[in-house]
Amino acid sequence: MTELWDGLVTALKLIISLDPEVMAIAGRSLAISATSSTIAALICLPLATVIHFNKFRGKRTLINIIQTMFSLPTVAVGLFVFVLFSGAGPLGGLGIIFTPAVMVIGQVVLISPIMLGLTISALSGVDKSIADTAVSLGASRLQMAVVTIREARFAVLAALIMGFGRAISEVGLSLMVGGNIRGYTRTITTAISLETSKGDLELALALGIILIFIALIINIVLNRIQQR
Amino acid sequence: MNKKLITVILSGLVIASLLIGFVGCGGTDPLAPQERLLVATTTSLYDTGLWGYLEPMFEEEYGVEVDVLSAGSGIALEYGRRGDVDVITVHDKPNEEKFITEGYGVERIPFAYNYFLIVGPADDPAGIKDMSPQDAFRTLYETESGKFISRGDDSGTHNKEKKIWADAGYDYEAVRTSGAWYVETGGGMGATLLKASEMGGYTLTDMGTFLSFKSDLELVPIVQQGAILLNVYSVIAISPESDPSTNIEMANNLIAFLTSPEIQELIGEYGVEEYGMQLFTPCAGVEPTS
Repeated sequence: MTELWDGLVTALKLIISLDPEVMAIAGRSLAISATSSTIAALICLPLATVIHFNKFRGKRTLINIIQTMFSLPTVAVGLFVFVLFSGAGPLGGLGIIFTPAVMVIGQVVLISPIMLGLTISALSGVDKSIADTAVSLGASRLQMAVVTIREARFAVLAALIMGFGRAISEVGLSLMVGGNIRGYTRTITTAISLETSKGDLELALALGIILIFIALIINIVLNRIQQR
Repeated sequence: MNKKLITVILSGLVIASLLIGFVGCGGTDPLAPQERLLVATTTSLYDTGLWGYLEPMFEEEYGVEVDVLSAGSGIALEYGRRGDVDVITVHDKPNEEKFITEGYGVERIPFAYNYFLIVGPADDPAGIKDMSPQDAFRTLYETESGKFISRGDDSGTHNKEKKIWADAGYDYEAVRTSGAWYVETGGGMGATLLKASEMGGYTLTDMGTFLSFKSDLELVPIVQQGAILLNVYSVIAISPESDPSTNIEMANNLIAFLTSPEIQELIGEYGVEEYGMQLFTPCAGVEPTS
């Protein structure tokens, strides 16, 4: 128990003193995860709309596959991305292994199914008569989609928050493709893993608490905007 | 409308975090084009803080961004084979020699050494204190009177452990499947020491990591004598023939740096003040024999 208390005290000290190394690690975590969430959102929102508003063979199966991929293990995605981008891999020539860029790519792969699947669910939850009314009033297909997304905005935002949450909290992928390089690819979660293995449980706990603080702030901000 | 709003929010987040993150890094802006040297190292040279100590000196002297990946020797060698790093610092002689023979590395250059030791609980339940490493292992296997915590991760330390088992006349596969007394952690040296301390078991460790973790452990040195316990750290540049994109020039600079008289002296003095004894004995380019 004293460790938990010490961890909390250390976390507060690190936050209040704006410890430069911890701030840099936290900022890096946030930057990488926000970038991957944005890219994934830009891919998933249009894609989810296309899947939702079109009837085609195998649609149910496709959605099943997407939902199954919610449980992709982070280390498996990490291994896949590593093999792809490592020096000996097919995309090794890019030379981006052990950089933040490849971590972003990995996180996009990891969180896209969640954003895609939950956005489709969100759109499915909207009363179909809204889309029909829009069309009868002369709306184009694009306008109809926009109306439906606006109607589902709370659930869509929740989908994006879920994706971001998975990105910032995962460790297996970041460790494997980023390599936990100090000052470059070290994020909060990989730092926690390192400090734990070095026996500095206090600092590891403190970093965990900081991660939760960041998540809390982001959720508060997004909820504020949502309520407007 | 709302899609736009969400995009705006997320881009705002990205910009804000880029500012916090990358400005906060000060000098290590990952977006600036700077020469990079990727080093994969065995965990013991990292967890003891030696790499953290030497890295800024090398960066300043050569104006290069050094990125250090800390992993077991097994993974470090694998990164080298795949062409993911430019240079490795490891401690696994047989596998290093194989690595060179297979054409992945240029040359194996020893730069420091220390000794492995078997540590365990102070009451020594198996009664193996001051035995030879081989006899100690034999007693543990035959009597099962104490737990042995193994790295089990193909690291340099793990391979040394296998070598001691072989030397004591046992087949390693038979040892690792022989019962609950033999525990594999699959983790780094620090994590394994913590687990051994937690479980009141014995483990094989390098001296450097043991000393730097000592205050967190309820473990004492049990076996420290035996030629087999010699632990040599060497540096190997990845061969440009194996990986044409490797930064061989900077890798050679690193080798020159590590074996230079000034840095050798610093390696020898590293940790002496903090731990009251030498963590690493420098041996610039010469294979120590005992």
